[in-house]
Amino acid sequence: MKARVHVMLKNGVLDPQGEAVRHALGSLGFDGVDGVRQGKVIDLDLAETDADKAREAVTAMCEKLLANTVIESYDIEIA
Amino acid sequence: MKAAVIQFPGSNCDRDMAVALNQVTGNDQAQMIWHKETSLPDGLDVVAIPGGFSFGDYLRCGAIAANSPIAQAVIDFANKGGYVLGVCNGFQVLTETGLLPGALMRNAGLKFLCKSVGLRVATASSDFTSAYTKGDVISVPIAHHDGNYTVDDATLAQLRDQDRIAFEYVNNPNGSVADIAGVLSENRRVLGMMPHPERAAESAHGNTDGVEIFRSLAGALLSA
Repeated sequence: MKARVHVMLKNGVLDPQGEAVRHALGSLGFDGVDGVRQGKVIDLDLAETDADKAREAVTAMCEKLLANTVIESYDIEIA
Repeated sequence: MKAAVIQFPGSNCDRDMAVALNQVTGNDQAQMIWHKETSLPDGLDVVAIPGGFSFGDYLRCGAIAANSPIAQAVIDFANKGGYVLGVCNGFQVLTETGLLPGALMRNAGLKFLCKSVGLRVATASSDFTSAYTKGDVISVPIAHHDGNYTVDDATLAQLRDQDRIAFEYVNNPNGSVADIAGVLSENRRVLGMMPHPERAAESAHGNTDGVEIFRSLAGALLSA
């Protein structure tokens, strides 16, 4: 099955890249963008066929490698 | 003093680090250890994790190196009281292993910074900084894109209480919390820092302000 992991900086952690994108949008004339947060999407192809087991495995992958939980949060979609 | 330098694909300050260490190691030349090794040589005193772009900074700076085969041996070495020095990418690797708290994010100004900066020695009570005096201001080069040290308030308070901030920027170049340029582990034997002391270690560099880190270590090991 497939898993999609979203990794974002935690709320409260300043995102300098998101801020730069926000400024760039403003200078292009896109008004009203109050905030931009930039993250990562990681798609995984898994041999596992059980959704619960897949979620458990991907959670372990996030904790160990895919996210740095000091500054990042993650969200897992299984499909 | 027996020292080793870990080499990852993309390390590029490994030889500079070895040269700096060899100035103070006496007859024992620093050994270069490829990341695929799963153990460190016996009798080692110091492990240095050099600067560079290990694994092309893929995923996050230092993340893949921190999970490479040699990483567990370095963690075990540190947990047994071994000295570990991580510079630049090495500092990023040490935070990723959890040997040091916090994380290094993209520079607040988003630019890669390559210049000499002023550093204040924030503590002289460690075997890395004992040859300095607290409050000394030294000049050491930085060369990084992701040196913006981030740590939560509780951990920052702990770092301060335990006198574990080793170096502070005089003029914060990258947005680091509390101007932090380098931190120590709780046992004071692991130092991570973004500036490159190995690039300010001999007269040909035009600056020898960084050499005292290596001298401090050698002195501590001699008297041990």
